[in-house]
Amino acid sequence: MEKVTLKIFRYDPGKDSQPYYQNYIMELEPGITLLNGLNKVRATQDASLAYRMSCGSAICGSCAMKVNGHALLACKTQLCDLAKNGLVQIDPIGNMEVIKDLVVDLEPFWASLRKVRPYLVPDTLDNPELERKQTQKQFLLIDDVTTCILCASCYSDCNVLEVDNEFFGPATLAKAHRFIYDSRDAKAYDRLEQITELYGVWDCTHCGECSTRCPTETKPMARIEEIRQAVMEAEITNNNGARHVLGFRETVSKSGRLNENYLPARSVGFFNIPALLGLLPVGIRMFVKGKNPPLIHKSIEKVKEVKSIFSRLKKYRKIKPQHITKGDINRLDEDSISERKV
Amino acid sequence: MYSHDVVIVGSGLAGLRAALEMAGHLDVAIISKVYPSRSHSGAAQGGVAAALSNMDGDSVEAHTYDTVKGADFIGDQDAIEILCSDAPRTIIELEHYGCAFSRTDENKIAQRAFGGHSFKRACYSADRTGHALLHTLFEQSMKRGAELQIYSEWYVTRLIIEDGICRGVVALDIKTGKLEIFHAKTILFATGGYGRAFKITSNAYANTGDGITAAYKAGIPLQDMEFVQYHPTGLYEHGILLSEAARGEGGYLINSDGDRFMSKYAPTKMELGPRDIVSRSEQTEINEGRGAGPKKDYVLLDLRHLGKAKIMERLPQIYHLAKDFIDVDAIKDPVPIQPTAHYSMGGIPADNDCQVFLNETELCKGFFAAGECSCISVHGANRLGTNSLLEALVFGRRAGKKMLHATNEMKFSPVNEKKEISAAKLEIDKLLYNKGSEHLASIREELQETMTYKVGVYRNANDMEQAQQKVNELKDRFTRVKVSEKGKNFNVNIQEALELSHMLEYSELIVAGAKARKESRGAHSRDDYPNRDDENWMKHTLVFRQPDGSCELKYKPVRVTRFEPEERTY
Repeated sequence: MEKVTLKIFRYDPGKDSQPYYQNYIMELEPGITLLNGLNKVRATQDASLAYRMSCGSAICGSCAMKVNGHALLACKTQLCDLAKNGLVQIDPIGNMEVIKDLVVDLEPFWASLRKVRPYLVPDTLDNPELERKQTQKQFLLIDDVTTCILCASCYSDCNVLEVDNEFFGPATLAKAHRFIYDSRDAKAYDRLEQITELYGVWDCTHCGECSTRCPTETKPMARIEEIRQAVMEAEITNNNGARHVLGFRETVSKSGRLNENYLPARSVGFFNIPALLGLLPVGIRMFVKGKNPPLIHKSIEKVKEVKSIFSRLKKYRKIKPQHITKGDINRLDEDSISERKV
Repeated sequence: MYSHDVVIVGSGLAGLRAALEMAGHLDVAIISKVYPSRSHSGAAQGGVAAALSNMDGDSVEAHTYDTVKGADFIGDQDAIEILCSDAPRTIIELEHYGCAFSRTDENKIAQRAFGGHSFKRACYSADRTGHALLHTLFEQSMKRGAELQIYSEWYVTRLIIEDGICRGVVALDIKTGKLEIFHAKTILFATGGYGRAFKITSNAYANTGDGITAAYKAGIPLQDMEFVQYHPTGLYEHGILLSEAARGEGGYLINSDGDRFMSKYAPTKMELGPRDIVSRSEQTEINEGRGAGPKKDYVLLDLRHLGKAKIMERLPQIYHLAKDFIDVDAIKDPVPIQPTAHYSMGGIPADNDCQVFLNETELCKGFFAAGECSCISVHGANRLGTNSLLEALVFGRRAGKKMLHATNEMKFSPVNEKKEISAAKLEIDKLLYNKGSEHLASIREELQETMTYKVGVYRNANDMEQAQQKVNELKDRFTRVKVSEKGKNFNVNIQEALELSHMLEYSELIVAGAKARKESRGAHSRDDYPNRDDENWMKHTLVFRQPDGSCELKYKPVRVTRFEPEERTY
């Protein structure tokens, strides 16, 4: 039978001065999952190897680990799909401290979740003895996002968290989405306001890692995009992220291209003197290196075509932003959701 | 030593629901060997039962009768009446907590058909209802903030009961290896089932019956341990659950000839017969050579006729499990399945308010049990699908209410800290330093094979005799088990050894109860006694631990209120 080498990250802070890798060679049985492979290693070669597991059927989220550099659930992954040249490298999930081997301290992950009021905040009930009414379409709006199993794969591979551990993170933003888009929640607007603040929805860089690693249908980046659209529809624009979007649209719709001198100032606010001063050193460095954009911003040749695209898009705006309510947000997206589902 | 008014062990539906009832009124702590969202309640798929009548003319009466009949008339009917009549309120409550349910055209909670239920009664959230409910209660627990203290990844190894009063537990902090006493006025066990003793099982690795074993060792009897439910649709070789919703939505079971064999065994309900009957029918097909595959050792779940749209909207998890684990596309091909150990009907005997019995009649002061670890008994010899999530919610809440009252009237009873810690430490040291060389994983594997093949869907005296001998042999070998990892920090080796010790302890009780019960009833089906025997066996088994470690069987009557036993056909 074909052999495979599991190269596994080992570290016991009580014993080891630093982490190391240990290789385990095993037979690559057909149909064996990575988790069963690890269990085999523990049973036959090294009982000291530590990792978490519970359900073994991809619903509890315990066995997330990094394999060949990316987070996944060990229980639902076939070992043969991972064995590149007979070698599989296994590390603990990222952006958290290692407790032992493949076990990390999840506390920052749970702490992040608690930041966004992760529970339904409903209106008062008309009749407490009956269920609240919700259409199947409204249920489908939160169907994907409620598949989240809190495995922290997205948190592990998030590039923003790697440099800024204050960032809410993908799972937390998905949890916020779950209530913003729930027709039974009364605080959609407040939630949107909260997550447009620093470390919230605008801090995501759209790298897509979270959605790629997500083992469920939650796909956090798609949810973050939907929240951003809702934020703009709700005209919650007194923040850098929204101003950035508006500035982007303004310059592109006028000239057909991005005005890179205008945008940073527009994002932080033209009267925000401290922030503008903060931008200066970067600007100066760019100038010195000859990387600054042209001082006079010119339109592209076919700017008319761009303008006509924008004017057509305007017609498709369905809702007057200043009147947006949670119901409107839901209606807005029901159409897009039904397209996605069918 | 930690001290809380109330300590709840287990963070699944029953534990969380009970906690929510008491948080804010009492100092409540939850201890869990995993994180709450990883509790095994989350693995339930198909639905949660309640006679809401959103689809048809269901009634609490019908739900009650179906449950009594499903239990093969050995469920306690007063408890079943509580379960079923509180069901509609329970579902509305969870909806109000924010649980996302699939909906009807009238925008009400959608309900689907399920095995053994005579109406469309299973409220569902696609095919991950347990997950939706568990996460909803986890959300509610986060809402309570500091009112509810959760000790995640703490492993309870001992229950302290003296003079009929429950005083606390000893728990191991998995992260540090430290043993601590949790002193409490009242304790709730909501520690889940014991299905991990079987080779083919839908249960999580965590479901090693730790709670029931701790209770048993502390002098509490265990009830009806022989009744272990085998779910008809476990993914072949993995045992992973494929929800009964697959059949509720119209899926077929077929044998190697492509025949819908259930027409022979349950001609009216077909695939929607109760789980014990469907699992036996599958096993009979396999035993008689009509199994599929090269070894003819599985049957097939056929969803093809449902079409892609219905499969992906109503049964997406099933689709993904079949695809990811055995690479079968359920839209195009039938899925190989076999019966899988699924649910523990037996457990810690408790009254209708979840207070635990010390013996046939007396209650233990301050000790409560709810959910799968308890035996109240609402499921009798065979649980109906969707009644377990319901039980956890209904009786979790009832436990909370009763405990709120009871705790206020109780004081902390003294605990001998030194004695308890050293007893717990001794137990661990015996595993660490016994100088034996018995291989832990082999003992576990042999136990699981024995339980699946000798105490499985069909049982007989001969097989169970062998099983009993085997379990005894394994228990003896276990005294010389080798635990090579000696470290304190996240020592999974010591944890799996403790878990195995529990599995060995209660497996003996499953075999003892099953061997003694000379009849076939519900999930307990014997080749040598193929009929139900109401005259001699309409009674609950109670197994008591003797000072020398052996077990003694006693029996207690079934509480019948409205429904006399009758022949069970579907």
